Amino acid sequence: MSAAPSLAPQVRLRHDAARGQWVLLAPERVVVLDEIAHAILSRVDGQTRIEAIVAALAREYDAAEAEIATDVREALEDLHRKGLVRL
Amino acid sequence: MSAIPPPIGLLAELTHRCPLGCPYCSNPVALEKRGDELDTATWQRVMREAAALGVLQLHLSGGEPTARRDLEDILATAAEAGLYSNLITSGVLLDRARLQTLAAAGLNHVQLSIQHAEAEAADRIAHFRGAHARKLALAEQVREAGLALTINAVLHRGNLDAVAEIIALAEQLGAGRLEIAHTQYHGWALRNRAALMPEAAQVEDSRRVVAEARQRLEGRMVIDFVAPDYHATRPKACMGGWGRRFLNISPSGAVLPCHAAETIPGLRFDRVTERSLEAIWYGSEAFNCFRGTAWMPEPCRSCDRREIDWGGCRCQALALTGDAARADPVCALSPDHGVMAAVTAEPAGEALAWRR
Repeated sequence: MSAAPSLAPQVRLRHDAARGQWVLLAPERVVVLDEIAHAILSRVDGQTRIEAIVAALAREYDAAEAEIATDVREALEDLHRKGLVRL
Repeated sequence: MSAIPPPIGLLAELTHRCPLGCPYCSNPVALEKRGDELDTATWQRVMREAAALGVLQLHLSGGEPTARRDLEDILATAAEAGLYSNLITSGVLLDRARLQTLAAAGLNHVQLSIQHAEAEAADRIAHFRGAHARKLALAEQVREAGLALTINAVLHRGNLDAVAEIIALAEQLGAGRLEIAHTQYHGWALRNRAALMPEAAQVEDSRRVVAEARQRLEGRMVIDFVAPDYHATRPKACMGGWGRRFLNISPSGAVLPCHAAETIPGLRFDRVTERSLEAIWYGSEAFNCFRGTAWMPEPCRSCDRREIDWGGCRCQALALTGDAARADPVCALSPDHGVMAAVTAEPAGEALAWRR
């Protein structure tokens, strides 16, 4: 896993106001994000390192970094397998 | 009945004009004329209305959408409204410069059709000399422009044996996604059905080839496969269910639950020039006619799959039984299912009517 994940080319994160949710948009795909996935992806910009994302989320949710790190890795690996995130 | 969800996708048929003559085209046999097409400002209003209604994905289609010189203006408005855009194109009217302009206007994804893996066969099916070579060049330019690329091939008797080569070509062109779809028999394709219908053995071989390729290419190229209805025993949830996920707008502005819906007699389709998209989606007679499960006859009404396949395809029920309100005869539970075997057992036809 490289340091700074990014969205795959032509994958867009946007708020879906009509349904009150956040989604990832890609060719022929709409992936509905839960709160945790959105919290992670809103910090994925191709520059922020995974460690920094974990640290920020641990602060925000007042949780242990080790626990957050597992969630972040699992979520990003899942999106990577779906072709939506580059690691 | 549960609340009607907002639509997720809009298929905008900007024009029926197309330089190709593919006999499998699902456009209506009576094509709409250029003079009847919606103008730029109306399409731009439709894009804003669609986004406000909850549409997330826009599919710019036709005909050949790049035949509209105002495609850039429509696209830019759609992008401003937040729609994710997909250009469904034959590619033959596009060059590098126009592709760059479209990318700058906010285009995300190009879905490029091919007709076969070999130039001569492909050009014969497209009825356009040199089409295949142009498509190969364009695929490269799509990637250069930083756009997502899908290769799309419609399968039929004349190219089904080349499905492995078609997959290899898509891979070689660097497509992130390949859509291989068996012909849907509407419009021109229905007229040419006897010549397009594959043999059962061809269908079986192609299923195996696709399954193997999917496994081999996992994580590198997504393969979406549209299975052949006529050789199936369970219907598809056509359009994800009538009036549930998608709406389609014809070149002249008729708002349709699917692109073949105008074949259904007695349905009146509202136009974007008469009512707002929102009023049409939630309130129009055509959208409510086959929405949900209340309209269903048996065997659908009491079937435990009624909210999986939503009764299948209304236009196919019409084409094969004469009644759009019957169960899709693709389903083995339909009393009309025998008609499928009768059609696939018909001798292969030779004559093809080129779309024009």
